[in-house]
Amino acid sequence: MAARIGVVTFPGSLDDHDALRAVRLSGGEPVPLWHGSDTLDGVDAVILPGGFSYGDYLRCGAISRFAPVMGEVIAAADAGMPVLGICNGFQILCEAHLLPGALIRNDVRTFVCRDQRLRVESADTTWTSDFTAGDEITIVLKNGEGGYVADEETLRRLEGEGQVVFRYLDGNPNGSFHDIAGITNARGNVVGLMPHPEHNVDPLTGPSTDGVPFFTSVLSFLSAKV
Amino acid sequence: MARVVVDVMPKPEILDPQGKAVTGALARLGFAGVSVRQGKRFELEVDGELTPERLAEVHRAAETLLANTVIESFVVHAEEPGTAPAQVVD
Repeated sequence: MAARIGVVTFPGSLDDHDALRAVRLSGGEPVPLWHGSDTLDGVDAVILPGGFSYGDYLRCGAISRFAPVMGEVIAAADAGMPVLGICNGFQILCEAHLLPGALIRNDVRTFVCRDQRLRVESADTTWTSDFTAGDEITIVLKNGEGGYVADEETLRRLEGEGQVVFRYLDGNPNGSFHDIAGITNARGNVVGLMPHPEHNVDPLTGPSTDGVPFFTSVLSFLSAKV
Repeated sequence: MARVVVDVMPKPEILDPQGKAVTGALARLGFAGVSVRQGKRFELEVDGELTPERLAEVHRAAETLLANTVIESFVVHAEEPGTAPAQVVD
């Protein structure tokens, strides 16, 4: 039986359908989840998709972080369930303190939309195990508030413990400290990144299919677990 | 009814692109030698008497939602007419 991967729709989510489609194309069973629900419907993993949940009011992700479904997501993540936050989803994970640090407005003060080169720094997470550390990939990046910041001690810990998962190549697009594009928690089950792997799963609509391993990684992890 | 004001500012070490954009615009308008950092002001109308407990509750609300203390600091001011203004600094 295919693993069931939930994708949460918040008011203002944009990329929930692309994430559901990416799950389906990668061999998983996509499960739409609703922000106002207090159940995860028995899914095996959760994706928080990109978009502008709650209109980015207050701060990106600040209000979504307290949506009813997030109580369940936080409990499940703490119990080891794989959780992937993409763009706005990454911002939500930081606001929820499932990942350290925060995302602020791009230092270039403009919205950035480009095919972004990245280096995979860690294959030791549930969402990147099908990569090899050092792989260079191209993934769509599109955001206005993607500058990753954290205090010195947090950055030292992230670097020292191998929790930096993706780094920007060919120029830092938004002022992120240490060129950080994505990070993981200590356990490796929660991953957040600003680029959008769900847009890079079909040669028809993207310059690469480098997003596919994100989804196949978690599916292999879940099938090995059963 | 009491009014409590929560001022939220980006921490000094955090880049403030909005403030930088405003600083640049002011310079172009001839307001030289001015550097701006941009924050947020929240005005909370609080029902009933503003007891120290209520003020502490507002402080908790600010810490929980209004500010992200990873990147922002905040100050809570009580503005109740006829009483000395209280202040809680974080």
